[in-house]
Amino acid sequence: MKIVAEPGVPQVIIVREFNAPRELLFRAYTEPELVKRWLGPADLELVVNQLDPRHGGRWRWTHYDRDGKGYAFHGLYHGEPTPERIVQTYEFDQAPGTVYLNLITFDEADGITTLTQNTVFFAVEDRDLYVAGGMERGIRASMQKLDDLVTELAEEAH
Amino acid sequence: MLTGVFAALADPTRRAILTRLKDGDATVAELAAPFSMSQPAVSKHLKVLEQAGLISRSQRATARLSHLEAEPLREAIGWLMDYRAYWAESFDRLDDLLDDLKEQP
Repeated sequence: MKIVAEPGVPQVIIVREFNAPRELLFRAYTEPELVKRWLGPADLELVVNQLDPRHGGRWRWTHYDRDGKGYAFHGLYHGEPTPERIVQTYEFDQAPGTVYLNLITFDEADGITTLTQNTVFFAVEDRDLYVAGGMERGIRASMQKLDDLVTELAEEAH
Repeated sequence: MLTGVFAALADPTRRAILTRLKDGDATVAELAAPFSMSQPAVSKHLKVLEQAGLISRSQRATARLSHLEAEPLREAIGWLMDYRAYWAESFDRLDDLLDDLKEQP
């Protein structure tokens, strides 16, 4: 998986290859029963509240952590979603008015599908705020030392 | 630059160097001492950290001093770690789901 997040540009691009035809990826993205099986970390439960994959259709899902706290996201599909591309707006419930735009493309060659997720925000600050606010959760164990270091640095700065 | 920060932090030696610099600025020789590494090898790590904006370097007499830049470290990895982990884990789970779907007629 490759992540590109350039300084000064309100955008994040993720590229990832899958050993599957894009029709299956499209199903995994547009069928609620399938979405809940992969989207988000395994320790968060995903509830798909609404998913209407057509032009102007609405989607809404909620991540629940172990304490039952919910993180809800919602938005619209723009243009008819196809196995080639999905365009959707996103908004985190706790940050109304801060909308971002997601373009997901599926390129298939020799049975391998390359997924590109291009996410665009209003501003760099929105990008950073969204990710920090919406995705607060523990850093993986392998990153624990780094987490400790950052925590120490943060405390020293005060 | 953020991807550069992540790459810089992925190496345990470089994380150890950053941890050491928390206690104060240090020369290449001082940073090399705890490791079984040559000073040129440590200098290479310092170059990576400098390019990622995680340290700055200055000249003191004949030695170059390395200084920890805490702010970019905090800002950069605070969100990138979570974001990367979120999508990396999601897509690993998607791999499993796609394998299941491929087995279905």
